[in-house]
Amino acid sequence: MSEMPSFDVGKCDGCQLCISVCQRGGLRSAGESIEVVFADCDECGQCELVCPTGAISFPFEVVIEEPHD
Amino acid sequence: MIPAELAGSIPYFSGLPPDAIQALRQALFEKRVDRGEIVLLEGEPSGALFFVAEGVVKVFKTSPEGKEQILAIVRPGDAFNDVPVFDGGVNPASAQAMGPALLYGISRTNLMRIVAAQPQLAANVIRTLAQRLRDMVALVEDLSFKPVIGRVAKILLQYATDTSEPRPRLTQQDIAAMAGTAREVVGRSLKALEEDGIIRLEKHRVVITRRESLQQLAAEAV
Repeated sequence: MSEMPSFDVGKCDGCQLCISVCQRGGLRSAGESIEVVFADCDECGQCELVCPTGAISFPFEVVIEEPHD
Repeated sequence: MIPAELAGSIPYFSGLPPDAIQALRQALFEKRVDRGEIVLLEGEPSGALFFVAEGVVKVFKTSPEGKEQILAIVRPGDAFNDVPVFDGGVNPASAQAMGPALLYGISRTNLMRIVAAQPQLAANVIRTLAQRLRDMVALVEDLSFKPVIGRVAKILLQYATDTSEPRPRLTQQDIAAMAGTAREVVGRSLKALEEDGIIRLEKHRVVITRRESLQQLAAEAV
């Protein structure tokens, strides 16, 4: 199961702009906060881009590609 | 007509007497746009200033190669397309709705008429344009002078060679905090590195495809 996006409830101000830009219904309103519906997220990153408080982020690991022979 | 409460909350209209707010409300036209809809096209005349009431609009420029540079993310209460309304020129950038959005626009003619009669509105316009100038100067600084890409390269290399388990994870915000810059700048840096073929952005991970090039950039970082 995807772990993305990471959502910091403490930073969320409930503006719901992330919901308005999500094309996949990956985010839902949950009272004064937001619920992330992981299975529907395609990680387009638009929610992270519009979030005014930095409550949404997409954690990633960094790897080095092994050269092919 | 735009709700009075919403009109009063727009920075452009702050401190205006009720008759001026009323005149502006009557002059504003409503525009609903869907996700992805282009509101303004760069280089075309439009002659209208827009306010976002609901949703988000991105203001961007596109290079001849199709590369997009986002200039602003416009959220509720903020305005866009100020410059051509006041100088009479064409749109300096394009604007696109990032989701369903409700906008209110005012034509150059109507706005100038009300500005001429309301010194407070003129002062608000000057303050807003001054802020735009500050934002643009900050953007120029980020794009021109700061070796942000080098610092981002250095951080990526550090994490790629970290052998601890479980694998450490990063966010753009983490990198921004470490590099001493804004998350948007990190996003642009990662995109630029990908366009240069130095990294590949995948789901949940960044793959370094040209390690030597990344090391070279990291070495150039101040």
